[in-house]
Amino acid sequence: MNSRHAAWGIGLAALIALPFVYRDPYHLHILVLILIWSFAYTAWSIMGRFGLVSLGHGGFMGVGAYITALLWNHLGVSPWIGIPVSMVAAGILALIVAYPCFRFRITGHYFVLVTLALSGIVLQVITATRDYTGGSLGYTPNRAPSGHGLMALQFDDKTTWYLIALAVWVLGLLIWRWVDRSMSRYAMEAISEDEDAAAAAGVNVTAEKLKITLISALMTALAGALYCQYQMFISPDTVSGIAVSLQMVFAVIVGGLYVSLGPTVGAVITILLAEVLRIGFGTKAVGWDNLVYGVLLVIFIIFLPKGILGSVLDRLKTQPKPSGSK
Amino acid sequence: MLTVEGLVKRFGGFTAVNNVSFRVEQGEILGLIGPNGSGKSTIFNMLSGTLIPTAGSILFDGAEIAGKAPHRIINSGIGRTFQIPRPFHRLTIFENVALAGYYGQGSHSRARADEAAERALAMVGLPTNRHAGVDGLGAAGLKKLELAKALATGPKLLLADESLGGLDEHEMDQAADMLRKIRDELGITIIWVEHIMGVLMRVVDRVMVLDHGEKISEGLPSAVASDPRVIEVYLGTDADSSQAAAAEARRRAGV
Repeated sequence: MNSRHAAWGIGLAALIALPFVYRDPYHLHILVLILIWSFAYTAWSIMGRFGLVSLGHGGFMGVGAYITALLWNHLGVSPWIGIPVSMVAAGILALIVAYPCFRFRITGHYFVLVTLALSGIVLQVITATRDYTGGSLGYTPNRAPSGHGLMALQFDDKTTWYLIALAVWVLGLLIWRWVDRSMSRYAMEAISEDEDAAAAAGVNVTAEKLKITLISALMTALAGALYCQYQMFISPDTVSGIAVSLQMVFAVIVGGLYVSLGPTVGAVITILLAEVLRIGFGTKAVGWDNLVYGVLLVIFIIFLPKGILGSVLDRLKTQPKPSGSK
Repeated sequence: MLTVEGLVKRFGGFTAVNNVSFRVEQGEILGLIGPNGSGKSTIFNMLSGTLIPTAGSILFDGAEIAGKAPHRIINSGIGRTFQIPRPFHRLTIFENVALAGYYGQGSHSRARADEAAERALAMVGLPTNRHAGVDGLGAAGLKKLELAKALATGPKLLLADESLGGLDEHEMDQAADMLRKIRDELGITIIWVEHIMGVLMRVVDRVMVLDHGEKISEGLPSAVASDPRVIEVYLGTDADSSQAAAAEARRRAGV
């Protein structure tokens, strides 16, 4: 146990030190993206691991990003306030969609379809209100006057963003771990197997599901807002809609749904894949990443349902001492 | 402690439970018997909140619980098992029971949950180690787990649904003794639904017989076992075999 804590400590220290010794801006940029998306994927997996497969998380991400940016541009509200407001909005949206689903036992495929509609609706709202949101052309938060970067949560410096993203990513892992060790995990595992039996054990099924959905939605909105602040440009394609939702599902399944670092592994793979395709094939490969995602997703669900990290950890567990064999 | 008045459950045009009333006194074991489809499980599901009654009232400790959410009923002091054990395979045996101890008592205290789990597992005779998985349990073990889960919720009234299906004779006797022990040592009132009449008759204080959703007989095991209506609907009309079965039931009931 102690060696495990030590490994985490050393790993974290190395990650914190990284931008001070290695300053290639492109690579730091990729790392920041990986950390932000890892956080978003972790948020998705917090409910996804219990069979609550949501295709609505692109919606939560869009709400986080757009509300933060709109409040800043139109009302001059600092993202320090705008981000919590956007998270609350995403939370309310999550409750409005999820409560009827859970109360009336809409589960499995039907739940997926309802959440899919949520993604679609948020996307439609963003495009329909193009006078404010810029529609499908995208949206840029106004640049803060110089000297007000902290108040506007705008930093030109990649190192600052890297450290912010790292902190949020660690926060995501801590929340994952907290849920994993709480009684809520037992309750959610039970609910995902048999709702009636869980209720007979005294579990308030609707409340437990809402709680986990709410945590997940709040985190996802935070990821969207951070992405917006970092990129200083958002569009329905990059932070909202069904494609983003599918990308989350894909990344988490590839990385590993049931282990804390699974979503992070998924983010590394998806983002590197997208970059390789972009650099290797340029504009000829636009949309290829989605095609490759789709094919890989099918392959993973069939052959590696626990994802890359989950399968590797399983392999290590079943063969603890390779030196002792033969 | 439990007063049921005019309980009705209809599924569309089919009446599964028709105007059933009964009382359960503190500390007794009430046997609930009847052929397949007579409405026993439907009554249980209404008592535990899994089904909402079409009509009627269920007073538990003086409070109306008909139509309340299952977790509220469990928290008010009713525990239940399912006819077919429904363990949570992704949790260990201990976690299965600790879950019920945590949420079922409404206290949401981890220490109390673990304590309740240990007590319940010891009571039913399952190992209290924390790592054993559910998949190693056989039919008898799964029934015990089902019972341990119900006990961990700290019930005043236990609804035991056909605890003996799928067990051999020795295991059946053990399970019947277990229910009696739960009543004697923990002071828990029990309603026991069962197909197998013989073992049940030996343990219960009173029996209620259902047929086609209606109560057809109620009373002491000896009286019910010789009630001609019960013999007819429950044991069949074939004279020889029903006489033999009734005699067997009386013998086991110690009459």
